[in-house]
Amino acid sequence: MLKKVHFGPSYLPYLLVAPQILITVVFFIWPAGHALYQSLLIQDAFGLSTEFVWFENFEVLFEDDHYFDTFKRTVFFSVLVAGLSMGFSLILAAMADRVVKGAMAYRTLLIWPYAVAPVVAGALWVFMLDPTLGILTYGLSAMGYDWNHKLNGSEAMTLVVVAAAWKQVAYNFLFFLAAMQSIPKSLIEAAAIDGAGPVRRFWSIIFPLISPTTFFLLVVNIVYAFFDTFGIIHAITQGGPAKATEILVYKVYNDGFVGLDLGGSAAQSVILMAIVIGLTVVQFRYVEKKVEYQ
Amino acid sequence: MIENRPAVTIISHCMLILGVAIIAFPIWITFVAATHDAVRMVQIPLPLLPGGHFFENLNQALNKGISGGANQGVVMMLFNSLVMAMMIAVGKIAISLLSAFAIVYFRFPFRMGFFWMIFITLMLPVEVRIIPTFEVVANLNMLNTYWGLSIPLIASATATFMFRQTFLTIPDELLEAARIDGAGPMRFFFDILLPMSRTNIAALFVILFIYGWNQYLWPLLVTTDQSMFTIVMAIKQMLEAAEQAPEWNIIMMTTLLAMLPPVLVVIFMQKLFVKGLTETEK
Amino acid sequence: MIIKKKLLKAVAVVAISGFSASAMAATEVQWWHAMGGTNGERVNKIAADFNASQSDYKVTPSYKGNYTETMTAAIAAFRAKKQPHIVQVFEVGTATMMAAKGAVYPVEQVMKDAGEPFNKSIYLPAVISYYQTSDGELLSMPFNSSTPVLWYNKDAFKKAGVKSPPETWDEMKSASEKLVAAGYKCGFSFGWQSWVMIENYGAWNNIAMGTKENGFTGTDTTFTFNNAKVKARIASIADWSKDKLFTYGGRRGDSLSMFTNGECGMWMNSSAYYGSIKKQAKFEFGQTMLPLDTDVASKPQNSIIGGATLWVLKGGKSDEYKGVAKFMTYLSSPEVQAWWHQETGYVPITTPAYELSKKQGFYNSNPGTDTAIKQLSLNQPTANSRGIRFGNFVQIRDVINEELEAIWNGSKTASQGLDDAASRGDKLLRKFERANK
Repeated sequence: MLKKVHFGPSYLPYLLVAPQILITVVFFIWPAGHALYQSLLIQDAFGLSTEFVWFENFEVLFEDDHYFDTFKRTVFFSVLVAGLSMGFSLILAAMADRVVKGAMAYRTLLIWPYAVAPVVAGALWVFMLDPTLGILTYGLSAMGYDWNHKLNGSEAMTLVVVAAAWKQVAYNFLFFLAAMQSIPKSLIEAAAIDGAGPVRRFWSIIFPLISPTTFFLLVVNIVYAFFDTFGIIHAITQGGPAKATEILVYKVYNDGFVGLDLGGSAAQSVILMAIVIGLTVVQFRYVEKKVEYQ
Repeated sequence: MIENRPAVTIISHCMLILGVAIIAFPIWITFVAATHDAVRMVQIPLPLLPGGHFFENLNQALNKGISGGANQGVVMMLFNSLVMAMMIAVGKIAISLLSAFAIVYFRFPFRMGFFWMIFITLMLPVEVRIIPTFEVVANLNMLNTYWGLSIPLIASATATFMFRQTFLTIPDELLEAARIDGAGPMRFFFDILLPMSRTNIAALFVILFIYGWNQYLWPLLVTTDQSMFTIVMAIKQMLEAAEQAPEWNIIMMTTLLAMLPPVLVVIFMQKLFVKGLTETEK
Repeated sequence: MIIKKKLLKAVAVVAISGFSASAMAATEVQWWHAMGGTNGERVNKIAADFNASQSDYKVTPSYKGNYTETMTAAIAAFRAKKQPHIVQVFEVGTATMMAAKGAVYPVEQVMKDAGEPFNKSIYLPAVISYYQTSDGELLSMPFNSSTPVLWYNKDAFKKAGVKSPPETWDEMKSASEKLVAAGYKCGFSFGWQSWVMIENYGAWNNIAMGTKENGFTGTDTTFTFNNAKVKARIASIADWSKDKLFTYGGRRGDSLSMFTNGECGMWMNSSAYYGSIKKQAKFEFGQTMLPLDTDVASKPQNSIIGGATLWVLKGGKSDEYKGVAKFMTYLSSPEVQAWWHQETGYVPITTPAYELSKKQGFYNSNPGTDTAIKQLSLNQPTANSRGIRFGNFVQIRDVINEELEAIWNGSKTASQGLDDAASRGDKLLRKFERANK
């Protein structure tokens, strides 16, 4: 945590942390505390009549089957997004690691979806798969498949998963490739001399050696799917059809921002905060350990 | 190369090209859509090859736009997005460098308290605390200002955390040597820490620039003055003009314009970005 | 660091200069609206024309996203005491706005306090009845109002041998069968399904969708749209979708392209799509009144409106509200209303504007464009057709959307889906009742 060697006590460190602490308190802790308080209230949208109800908003949530469905759906969605984008980028990275020429060119060509805004990514995919206009829809119907993600929940889920994974491939690819390129060539050469083919070498040497990166990416991807996919879902399905793509963050937004149920939405925010803190601790533990090894 | 198996190499190239094609297909479609006129864009099947209306659409998107809320075109919005992204990136890097420096190199009361206070903000997105945050910003009279657009988004710990990791890997001997030379803390910070964190700063700049550029819901809430609108907002609003069909050619042209700056930042800062990113793992 | 300072300086200059330019001289009236696209340009034109017509007040329109985003932005602003004077709220937000007595400044009161002449009798009853209290006080000013109509493809009808546009649901079925037999991908589709298929279905066939006069006389209302009649109609439509007589295409106007592409021969949605259809359809099209359900009613009642109204929020200065009143008068003037109606396809809100459009020959040169207004004023509104006033209705519409989608994709029966929608909706009504005591 702290350097063994450090500067002596003075007022300076307080000055140094002051800007960040100030911003954190004013724009994060205070609003979050407000959300915490709001979660104990039933209030009309304008804030004109307020009733303090203790934990009733939470009770309502825990009794609501739809809320648990949303929970399960979020986990399912996150696993799919993480699996698809990591799988796809792992294959690409393994290929790029093998080719000597052009690896950097491929990297340049693969890296840019990272820069595309979630809302924009959503707009692109919804445009390609619009049930009537979409170019991919046209291709699918030529193959005899009627695509309509506005009606069919699984198709809607597929669409948001693909769009979310598409955006994340670049990031995963960078990490996988860097991890693979840092494996000493001598190890792989030794295996090759023993007669192991490329596939065998990948599974017996490369894959185990990049497992810390894989674990790190898993956490990052799950967090991404949990929280950063809001814009994608907002642009593509708005949670529909029939809640098929409503994940936790979207529900918080929808109940609070659209439905104006501030208490219920705040209660969900509080639950989300708890999840975030949990995930943060897991990630933190992991990163701490890694630093110790170095 | 470990061994020479041309077949495997060719397969690798083929798969990579396929992968690039899959990843790049949406952008190709966007580009194609931006080169046709409005009538062509509602006829099935939609075109796969570019048409001849690129400059016409570009002109309309830049100078007129389609959204009535912002019929001054998208130039102003591009500028606003740029200012917002720059303020977020530069501001966050500045405050994070300072706080990470304090936390790693000083022992002082409440150090861990401060650390956790910052750390807890790591992942909670603005969307879930947006109404109370809005109230704070409104009470501080920061609606419709670049400050209001950017400062609340600076409140997040990713950058602090990353600099902390970087500083921890810097050998202690450097500090000892600096002290023997009689260098004070700020001198050490500017002469040694900053140069050594160069790649991290670059990587973070890319990440934060993109993060800031891509914001949607927050700018929508804090801006009421049309001269403060950002480009990403414009795309969403074009998509759902009430009781009207979307004009795909202009929307896609605007999309291209909105994607261009962050994509260029990523591509041109690629080397530093990748290095900074993968050395510390976030 | 130096770069940062320079940048901040540049930013500050931009921010300050941008600010001072807009805040001078005339009293400013803030108007937040949800009109994107070309309608947004028209909104800007109305404001600009008003500003040019006098020099005391300056109306500043500001686009705030879609209807829900605009409403929430205004509410968030109110909580932070930064609210605009005028905000455009869609019809389903009416109950929420109405319940906020401390926040809303009834339009009729605004006019009275400002000493602005206000003649309520020129407004069309079917348009303003939705936005009046039970004592008849007008709460908000109708701005863009529309009603669902049946759009049809004349060329397709000719090709399929459909003689005249359907007037009943039985004729909807036979027309759709002919269209599908003639090779069309689907018979009909609709958007805004809660509005078209639940709310307007009830009004048109004169049955209630909830107790307490559809919520007009109290917040202790419950839903009754899960009755046998609605269930039977929804079940038959779900059944037809197996033969492609009906295809679902999204919650809002998303299914428009199915109609304009010629995939579906008929489409039920807002009359305000006139402009878009005219622009996109490469065939002869027409609009006619909604089909009647002969199993339920012997003659149609009247349809109810949708769209949005302008609400005035409290908290400003009295001379600003004088500006608001002046602007409301300007907005309701026959010339502005007739222009807005003819340009957008929204319904004119006053009789003089309707008469003016007639005199200008608009309906002769654009046949069918008076369908909406005729349909709205077909009969004196009853308790079932005056409108609806349910709290939390934004969320309830989502519930209805979700359950209907479950019915269309076959995961629930019509009876199950509507019962679930009603019981989930009732829960939200209770929550609203409690939060607005």
